[in-house]
Amino acid sequence: MDVILFTFFALVAIVGAVSLVLQKHPISSALSLVSVMVALAVLFLLLGAEFIAAAQLVVYSGAIMVLFVFVIMLLNAGAERESRKGGLAQFLGLPLTAILLVFASTVITQSMSNAKAVKFGAFAGGGPREVGWELFTRYLLPFEVTSILILIAIAGAVVLARKEID
Amino acid sequence: MQLWLIPILPLLGAALNGLTGRRTSQGLQSAIAVGSVLLSFLWVVKILLAGMPAPGAEIRESYFTWISSGNFSLSVDLVVDRLSAVMLLVVTGIGTLIHIYATSYMSHEGGFYRFFTYLNLFMFFMLVLVLSGNFLLLFVGWEGVGLCSYLLIGFYFLKKSASDAGKKAFIVNRIGDFGVLLAMLLLINTFGSLDFATIAANVKTMPVELSAGILTAICLLLLLGAAGKSAQIPLYTWLPDAMEGPTPVSALIHAATMVTAGVYLCCRAAALFEHAPIAQDTIAYIGLATAFFAATIGLVQNDIKKVYAYSTVSQLGFMFLAVGSGAYAAAIFHVVTHAFFKALLFLGSGSVIHALEGEQDMRQMGGLRAKLPITFFTLLTGALAIAGFPFFSGWYSKEAILSAAHGHAPWMFWVAVLTAMMTAFYVFRTIWLTFFGEYKGHAHPHESPAAMWIPLAVLAGLSVAGGFLFNVPHFLEGVLPAHEHAHDLTLEIIGSAAGLAGIALSYLFYVASPGLADSCAASFSGLYNLVYNKYFVDEVYDAAVVHPLERTSRNILWRFIDQNVIDEGMVHGATTGALSLGHLFRMLQGGVVRNYAAWVVLGAVFIFSAFSLLGGGR
Amino acid sequence: MTHLLPPEFFTATVPLHAYLILSAILFAIGACGFLFRKNIITVYMCIELMLNAVNLSFVTFSYQFGKVDGQIYSFFVMVVAAAEAAVGLAIILTIFRNRNTLQIDEIDTLKN
Repeated sequence: MDVILFTFFALVAIVGAVSLVLQKHPISSALSLVSVMVALAVLFLLLGAEFIAAAQLVVYSGAIMVLFVFVIMLLNAGAERESRKGGLAQFLGLPLTAILLVFASTVITQSMSNAKAVKFGAFAGGGPREVGWELFTRYLLPFEVTSILILIAIAGAVVLARKEID
Repeated sequence: MQLWLIPILPLLGAALNGLTGRRTSQGLQSAIAVGSVLLSFLWVVKILLAGMPAPGAEIRESYFTWISSGNFSLSVDLVVDRLSAVMLLVVTGIGTLIHIYATSYMSHEGGFYRFFTYLNLFMFFMLVLVLSGNFLLLFVGWEGVGLCSYLLIGFYFLKKSASDAGKKAFIVNRIGDFGVLLAMLLLINTFGSLDFATIAANVKTMPVELSAGILTAICLLLLLGAAGKSAQIPLYTWLPDAMEGPTPVSALIHAATMVTAGVYLCCRAAALFEHAPIAQDTIAYIGLATAFFAATIGLVQNDIKKVYAYSTVSQLGFMFLAVGSGAYAAAIFHVVTHAFFKALLFLGSGSVIHALEGEQDMRQMGGLRAKLPITFFTLLTGALAIAGFPFFSGWYSKEAILSAAHGHAPWMFWVAVLTAMMTAFYVFRTIWLTFFGEYKGHAHPHESPAAMWIPLAVLAGLSVAGGFLFNVPHFLEGVLPAHEHAHDLTLEIIGSAAGLAGIALSYLFYVASPGLADSCAASFSGLYNLVYNKYFVDEVYDAAVVHPLERTSRNILWRFIDQNVIDEGMVHGATTGALSLGHLFRMLQGGVVRNYAAWVVLGAVFIFSAFSLLGGGR
Repeated sequence: MTHLLPPEFFTATVPLHAYLILSAILFAIGACGFLFRKNIITVYMCIELMLNAVNLSFVTFSYQFGKVDGQIYSFFVMVVAAAEAAVGLAIILTIFRNRNTLQIDEIDTLKN
């Protein structure tokens, strides 16, 4: 069961990612990204991280992606045009990422070959109770700081996006 | 004993006058200047009366360690033994007299306080030189007097010839200083110390085969330094030009004290010279040659101060002849008597020049006997002393030198006798031309004020009586190596006769038959021209040394190296290089964000691979 | 229907490094997209994809160590991503208002 679920949703994630990169119109890319995030949420569940899965669905795909879609529609972004610049990126892009991928894979398989396998339900510490406990005891300071960060981000976004008052 | 007071008092005088001179009166400045030197002289007298060191003993005060490096250490020592006692009395005593004279002589000149600041500073350095107990401190004084000589020769710095003369003196001296520096380095290498006493003690125990080469080298280098400071061949050319300075300067520095520093150095290093016979011989040759050579030039000069300048060079040659013959005490004796009569001659000529309001050419003088009686009498005594008239001070010291020369090599004796005759001739020539005959000038000569003729009188008394009052060789027995000579009456008579013959010849040429000198000059016009133009030595030096050096400096060192290599190449090149490098790096930032991202990924891959290939982040 | 399937089917497990390799693949795809796409918003979405890939690897490690710390980090990443998205989109809006273009390559005046 784990294997089927994993394979299926991993494929969904990869297809969604490839489609994100290859689509011409931004809206299609945004919807592909939503599908990737949902697939990832399921994978989180398989790994026993229930709270994070829920947060992923609510915050990431429910709020951030909605924001993206709003902005795309607001700006009426169309399909992309060709560009002559950025030669270096286009030249180096594929080789570099391929190298990165290969390296990462070899390192991972070599050093983690004796790690325990993933079984649904094997990790019981991902529920809201456990996460909340850690969050409010050991990680209290980062928690408070991030709340300030959000406040600043709100203020920044408001300032940046408002219209000039003439 | 507070030996340090001796040099410090003039230094204080210099500092006071230098810092406050602009706002004080001439009277106060004179008082400070003369007072500091006078106090120094009185302090010397007090120290010597309290306990004159026995021959070979010394009063030594060690103040602090100056250099301490590895095995070599050097402390600032002031030493008074019999040799430095003689020099101290001469320097401070004659210095006081000349300071008193100068307060009146320079009273109409601008820069009165500047003059006395420099003069006191000179006294400080000269006293450091004389009092020092090791070569390095002596060298400090040596350089210092060279500096003050430059400042004082170029005192009338608005006159180009004066500032040129100052530069010439300093630069020629520098060549000699180079010799002294090398000698000091060799001394440190050989003996490990620069202290006079230590070196003298160690020299005796050195084996001859090892030492002869090194000691000869050291002594020849010291001779180079002494030749520069004491104006011997080949470094004498600065002394005649130094007459551009005010007359008290010529008297103090270039007659009585600074130029004798070279002789003093050789006497201090006597222990070394005794073991380097080749160097001693060289000194004798150079001294004799200089004496003869300078005397011939002095015969035909027309400027009264130039005659006395060449006379100084010649007399210094005599002193070096004495050193070279091993009679160091005779050389010091001549230093003392020379200080008396040469200072007298210079100050007297200053009195004449002052009376004639600046005229220095003897062809414009004459018949001043009646108008300047005191000057005439004192100058006459000085001239008699330098000519070696029997029983005057100069006679005693000159006889000592002549007999020492005979003991060294008889032919040197005869050349020295001829030089003594020429000395008498040219000195009395100045007397006849200045004070006898008809006055050919246009000024209104008057006798000098008291501040000027009293020192003249004192010096005249010393010139007459100094010889038999101060038996310097006897005083210095046991301090300096001495070579005993039998008291040969024949030699003394020959020497005195030469002096008297010189006086008589000059009388013949300039008083009895006045046209004789000019007709001789006309018949031997080629020879006369050669000698009158100082054998063109200055011109030869100019062509051989000065001009090539100047051309090299201008074309190679300045145009090529300084302008092109340093300014263009290095300084400009550094900026151009930085700018080009900047240009190159600017290309990296093209404004396209995607390229930046590509660089980031490249860097990340690089770091990642480096990490994993080098064993991971364990 | 479950008795039609072999028993190993229900007990087979996925090795851990599969998740990590998946995370690496997603990250590489995101990096590619970032380097090749020209629309600002698409580029920004590729960044979000990369962040998600990293989240996945955090949670995987948290599973491996048996502690919940990795999930906490992942939580913070999400918060920061949210804040960043807000501000970033505001910046994109401003750029669009000033230059009337959404092509990254045309916003290159800060150069040389």
